[in-house]
Amino acid sequence: MTPPPPLTPLRAFMLGVRALLPMLLGVVPFGVIYGVVALQSGIPPLAAFLMSSLVFAGSAQFLLAQLVGVGAPVFLAVGAVGLINLRHALYSASVAPVLHALPRRWKLLLAYLLTDEAYAAAIPHLLREPRSPLAHWILFGAGFALWFGWQLSTLAGVLLGAQLPADLGLDFALPLTFIAIVVPLIDSRPRLIAALTAGAAAVLLVAMPYKTGLFVAVLAGLVAGAFMQGRSKQ
Amino acid sequence: MSQTALILLWIACGLVTFAIRYSFIALEGHYQPPSWFIRWLPFVPIAALTALTMPELLLVAGQLDLGTDNSRLWAGLFAIAVAARWRNTLLTIGSGFVAFWLLHQLG
Repeated sequence: MTPPPPLTPLRAFMLGVRALLPMLLGVVPFGVIYGVVALQSGIPPLAAFLMSSLVFAGSAQFLLAQLVGVGAPVFLAVGAVGLINLRHALYSASVAPVLHALPRRWKLLLAYLLTDEAYAAAIPHLLREPRSPLAHWILFGAGFALWFGWQLSTLAGVLLGAQLPADLGLDFALPLTFIAIVVPLIDSRPRLIAALTAGAAAVLLVAMPYKTGLFVAVLAGLVAGAFMQGRSKQ
Repeated sequence: MSQTALILLWIACGLVTFAIRYSFIALEGHYQPPSWFIRWLPFVPIAALTALTMPELLLVAGQLDLGTDNSRLWAGLFAIAVAARWRNTLLTIGSGFVAFWLLHQLG
């Protein structure tokens, strides 16, 4: 076996791009569906497309489009997006040591591109070469590939959405996507309890105004999960 | 909302999202997150996404509907089973949609 060629910025970038490419298979249809759902929520095409670069967060964009569609107040929409994206703080903490010595412009750029998919694609390489001075190019490659795929697919969805009849049931893509994200995360009893508590509370509290029952339900899930975790440790 | 108001809302949501993603990258070397925060954080997406999903499956026009004609419930349960078995995003979304449309046609 020949030793791998020395890492250059371009090679590191392409390593990230290649690690991300298979994920585009799931992301592209998701992006197209987002574009369609956004238009069906009454959002004009330009604003629907701009959300993909200004917010750049798949499931949060679905939620935001739907909240706008039902006329939810602005503070609730911003709060809901923050709540959904809070998981990215985990990724931020995880990649922070790798990016520690970089200039600020790199940190800003990579933070903007830090999504579930880019993190999942880049982290195996970052763990292998945490001390490499080029490790950030891997994360940049993965992040950029996802960004580019997301922009193109949501643009396609926005263009397609204008041609489609309204009631195809495409809004069912949102719960389906959440199921696809959440179910693989549930790998322990405390996590299952957190999910069941939050889900049941959300159904029971659905009559609370402006979806505020959602916040109570999430909090109930957190408390139940943390309580079960504390008990299982003793 | 006007297009300008919507874009301002996107910018506010984008800033919140960016601040979360930048948080620990910016603080690295200056601050250690408390251990309870690291312990609780994994529960956030699970609780939040399940709380968003369950009412979509179980409620029809705000009322609990466990009937066979509630296509979203049965297609959703099917998708949960597929996700638990194969842990594949595209397969879960795709098979859930197929189940939903089939049930919708039958119902």
